[in-house]
Amino acid sequence: MESVILQIAARHMRPILIVLSLVVLYRGHNEPGGGFIGGLMLGAAFILYAMAFGVSKTQKSISFSPVTMTALGLLIALLSGVPALFSGSPFMTGEWITLFQHTVVELKLGTPLLFDVGVYLTVAGMLMLVMFSIMED
Amino acid sequence: MNSGLLIGLLLLLSFLAPFTRRYLNNLAGPLYAIVPVAGIIYYLRALPVILKGEVITESYKWIPVYDINLSFYIDGFGILFSLLILGIGAFILIYAGKYMVPYPMKGRFMGYLILFMAAMLGIVVSGNLITMFVFWELTSISSYLLIGYHHEKPEARTAALQALLITGFGGLALLGGFVLLGLPYGTYELSTILADPEPIRSSVLYLPALILILLGAFTKSAQFPFHFWLPGAMTAPSPVSAFLHSATMVKAGVFLLARLNPVMGDTQIWHILLTTFGTVTMVMGAWFSITQTDLKKILAYTTVSALGTLVLLIGTGTQYAINAAIIFLLVHALYKGTLFMMAGNIEKMTGTRDITKLGGLFKEMPVAAIVMSLALVSMAGIPPMLGFVGKELIYEATSLAPTSRYLILLAAFFTNSVLVFLSLRLSLDVFWGKRSDYQKKPFDPYVALMAGPVVLVLLSLLLGLFPANLAAPLTAMAITSVSPGHVAVGLKLWHGFNLVLLLSALTLFTGYFMYRYKRMILEHSGSINLRYFAREFSNGFVAAVDGFLHFTKKQTSRIQHGYHRFYLMTVFAVASVLVWVMIWRADPIILELNFADMPLNLVAVVVLIIAAALSAVISHSRVIALVAMGVIGFGISIIFIAFSGVDLAITMIMVEVLMVILAMAVLYHLPKYAKYSESGARMRDGLVASLVGAFMMVLVLQAGTTQMSEPISSFFKEASYSEAFGRNVVNVILVDFRALDTLGEISVIAIAALGIFSMIKLSKRKEI
Amino acid sequence: MLLLLAVLIGVLYGSAVYLLLRRNIFKLVLGLIFLGYATNLLLFVASGLTSGYPAFIRNLEGETATMSDPLPQALILTAIVIGLGVTAFALVLVYRFYSVTGTVDLDELSENE
Repeated sequence: MESVILQIAARHMRPILIVLSLVVLYRGHNEPGGGFIGGLMLGAAFILYAMAFGVSKTQKSISFSPVTMTALGLLIALLSGVPALFSGSPFMTGEWITLFQHTVVELKLGTPLLFDVGVYLTVAGMLMLVMFSIMED
Repeated sequence: MNSGLLIGLLLLLSFLAPFTRRYLNNLAGPLYAIVPVAGIIYYLRALPVILKGEVITESYKWIPVYDINLSFYIDGFGILFSLLILGIGAFILIYAGKYMVPYPMKGRFMGYLILFMAAMLGIVVSGNLITMFVFWELTSISSYLLIGYHHEKPEARTAALQALLITGFGGLALLGGFVLLGLPYGTYELSTILADPEPIRSSVLYLPALILILLGAFTKSAQFPFHFWLPGAMTAPSPVSAFLHSATMVKAGVFLLARLNPVMGDTQIWHILLTTFGTVTMVMGAWFSITQTDLKKILAYTTVSALGTLVLLIGTGTQYAINAAIIFLLVHALYKGTLFMMAGNIEKMTGTRDITKLGGLFKEMPVAAIVMSLALVSMAGIPPMLGFVGKELIYEATSLAPTSRYLILLAAFFTNSVLVFLSLRLSLDVFWGKRSDYQKKPFDPYVALMAGPVVLVLLSLLLGLFPANLAAPLTAMAITSVSPGHVAVGLKLWHGFNLVLLLSALTLFTGYFMYRYKRMILEHSGSINLRYFAREFSNGFVAAVDGFLHFTKKQTSRIQHGYHRFYLMTVFAVASVLVWVMIWRADPIILELNFADMPLNLVAVVVLIIAAALSAVISHSRVIALVAMGVIGFGISIIFIAFSGVDLAITMIMVEVLMVILAMAVLYHLPKYAKYSESGARMRDGLVASLVGAFMMVLVLQAGTTQMSEPISSFFKEASYSEAFGRNVVNVILVDFRALDTLGEISVIAIAALGIFSMIKLSKRKEI
Repeated sequence: MLLLLAVLIGVLYGSAVYLLLRRNIFKLVLGLIFLGYATNLLLFVASGLTSGYPAFIRNLEGETATMSDPLPQALILTAIVIGLGVTAFALVLVYRFYSVTGTVDLDELSENE
């Protein structure tokens, strides 16, 4: 299936979708979005690409395998629970640091966000793993 | 040192034995025997205290909530038994170390033996019924492993399984009996229970508890009709027979009866049950031993007979009977342990244990001949061996039995005559007479193989020569703990001329007479056996087990038929019937039909979804099914967004797209729909489906109109921003409040992905 | 509106059960998917229907009382994604089933045993 329209669309959509998924991931804590949705979007970006160019080309264009991505996601999610142990709280208690504070804008980073990154990577990795396996077959 | 430590050491040793045996080689047996010998020294040092009538107790908390403690209770009877177990056990270890040399897996065998020793010791020193039960079961398991030691032989496996099933069944009954016994006391501690028989005697639980405990004791001690496992167990190596099936394990049932005698004993039903089953077992064991030709089988049947005698004596319960039981227990352990070890030796030296193929061994094996004959003299009850004292007491007790005196006396007379006959046969036919041809040239066995028999026979002789000084104190302390009201009778070799001596003389004469005309006796009893006892008990048992297995197999194949639809249908049908009954019994739902809250656009969406679902069900086209899937998914996400589920709607749309793509990719490879079911089946399925759908509908209406209690979400709403710094409450719940759940969920996702990956990639690799 | 949604959920459950009872293994998986839809919707409806107040903190007076219930939504969200994973697994299983046995009829499998 070689569709020029799909290929051009996929080529340009992929970076946009990746950035968009990151935005959705980050703003998920306060607005609609989050790791699950962001992960689905990220996965969709690569699946779209794979549908246009084929799996092997897609896998060549990225420097990591979906299995690594899934595993990495799980690891990050797991590790995000560890910092709480150092402050004596139970595993996976949220820990926050304020990077930047202003009356209007404030930038806070915390372990829940890290956890969400883990979810994001796992979901995206899972999608890619499954779809790539089926499409290759 | 104490009993707990000793058992712990034995268990540790049993665990280490399989790994250390190969390095210790021939020294393994004697070295392992150090532990039981240390135990003997400990108990001998404790003996003076026990002889004064005191009891040593230890207790370790185990499950205090249920009053289950690892407690030990060592009284006169317990210590006598412990000394027997450890003493014979030490010699058995030495014996087995040599005996097992030609066989594989010696270390494991030694380990099992020691494990058994620990368990058996545990039974006799337990101070808590539940602890005792645990050790009891441990003996069953280790005996299973020991009997099945030659597991490559089918008959060994059958015998092991048979023994395990029977003793395991008895063990289960025993546990029930123990629980019932403990109920009136509110404790399982023996010290409390033994102190006062009143609570259980006056309880309605007495009879059920008694029957269950007797089942446990009778199966373990091979009483009729459970006796057949013991002769079957003779497939075990000789050290096992000498240890488990003569002196220790089979006596566990007798031990239990004696132990509980102060509490459960001395009632009408106790007397009747014990004397009946004991007498039957005693006579039957003696009868079947006549025609056996296998040395070990003969010994096994006489053991069954001896166990019957013991049960009979305990059931009789008079002063003489209890005395006789204790003495006979000791006598039997000493001579039967010797005889089994000697049977093993003879087999080892000549290659056979069929007495018709043995004869004239005296010249080659003089020491063995003397030792074995002395043990047989004890079995026949001839002075000066301890066996004589035992047999005199048995006659004394039976002649004074309160009920059916003459019948029991006759049975005892018959049994003892058979024992005399067998003693003559085993001694004269094996060691004297015509010499048979043997595969190898026999000679007197090695020291390690003879140490046990020699010492046990000498002990039997010593105790028999000086009964008043040596045997009497030991039995006296045991008697006070078995039967508190009774005292020991004086033990002596010479009783003077009386009825008992007359009976003894008659017994000897009859036994000799039987031996003299043994050809006739064997022929007649053989033909009687053929005519009346052609069906062996063990065959009946095997048939029962087979029948049960056949029944369960049939039953299982009927219930587990393998058609997934009918499993599902059963679940759905049962569930809908139950729920409908509940709905019918609940208050009716008051429905307010309000068209104002039904926006037209949502109504349209709902109708569309319903149409899509129904068409997916009815349609024969796979494409329609896929389209319907998409319609339903998108429709649901519209409903989500209409009722404030923003995140849900976004997720649902994304998932829906992917799911349809996936289903399409798989469907591409599958064949077209074919018509599989009849219209009747469709109607039936449709009915079940409508029932389920309808009750789910009613449930939704119920759930929508009831508010049980304040939902916990209000906490999440309050704390979301103030504590977790997030405005999107749904997301905060996912990544903060319930993050551990989410972690579990993404793990599931990862595992599913790996499963898919391996299903496709790995199968491909195989095809190449 | 509740009545309408109740009917919808009933229909979804009914279709799911009917599909689960089919002999075609693909229909079985389709039934599983439908069961997932129905259950997600059931959870959502059972938590109460709130229009126009998603669970976002805006720091307004008394907003937590009117806000929709976030907990069932969080549950459903994970359920949807897990549903995707499980469905994908089931679909691939169906595919493998067919390529190994050469049939999609489950009864044939039982009879061959």
